[in-house]
Amino acid sequence: MPRLSVWMVRFSLIYLGIGMTIGGMMLWNKGIFISVDLWRLLPYHIELMLFGWVMQLVMGVAFWIVPRYTTPPRYGKTHRAWIAFAMFNIGLWLVLIQHTWLILVGRVLMLLAVVLFVVYLFPRLKPYGE
Amino acid sequence: MPTLTRYHIKMGLMYFLLSLFMGVILVAQPIFNLSIDVWTLRPVFFHFLVVGWITQIIIGVAHWMFPKRSKEQPRGNLVLGWMVFICLNIGLVFRGFAEPLFFIYPESIWGWTLVLSAVLQVVAGWLFVFNIWGRVKER
Ligand code: HEM
Repeated sequence: MPRLSVWMVRFSLIYLGIGMTIGGMMLWNKGIFISVDLWRLLPYHIELMLFGWVMQLVMGVAFWIVPRYTTPPRYGKTHRAWIAFAMFNIGLWLVLIQHTWLILVGRVLMLLAVVLFVVYLFPRLKPYGE
Repeated sequence: MPTLTRYHIKMGLMYFLLSLFMGVILVAQPIFNLSIDVWTLRPVFFHFLVVGWITQIIIGVAHWMFPKRSKEQPRGNLVLGWMVFICLNIGLVFRGFAEPLFFIYPESIWGWTLVLSAVLQVVAGWLFVFNIWGRVKER
């Protein structure tokens, strides 16, 4: 597993743990009521689960598993993917702050991160050995 | 493919089927004037899809495909691996029936079943993270 995938997967695992814990708190609260405030956690749960966990894991595994180039550098222009990783996570944190403007900035950062990731990954999508 | 992976994927496929079945019932509710109680299935429908199917097959395939931890324990601690499988699935099945039941018959037994379901799933999540962590590495 290349280094960037290691970091993406590590981040996604941490988000999985935190996101599930938040989900568990809300579910507990549904069964045995603790506080109505726990419902405020729902947007964090959704964000951590869908983007932090699932999307980032898929990106990390894609970076690892799709065909590499036959000549070095075998992973191509990796700095693009690294910047995408950084922007994606910073964007995610900004969204998690849950302030109108920061959500917008965060979403735009995540969008740009994915643009960069797509630009990076597209040329790697080819038959093995080409 | 390791046995544990097969179990994860087979269970995952069952949740996938069940959740889409619930999805059909949900959209059919207003059309056929089915009981409004059907809507208590909505969170279950969602989580059978994202926990039972997506997260579960990721867990199963990671167990199979991630770099080997060591010669002695190539796939990490197998007992922990099975505990993840058991906690996740018992937790989710409990949610599957207790969440709708609790809303239709608000008795504390179903409330506590939901609490148990929550704890089991959270335990499964962290156990998985803990067990797979050492396999997330450069080869
Ligand atoms: C420990 C496991 C989990 C627990 C206990 C849990 C619990 C919950 C609860 C209590 C809600 C609020 C449901 C409601 O509207 O009544 C919720 C919503 C949601 N969860 Fe989870 N969750 C878990 C895992 C996940 C995972 C792994 C994902 C995605 C990959 C996910 C995605 C969502 C989404 C998208 C919603 C919003 C659904 C809606 O709008 O109704 N959850 N979760």
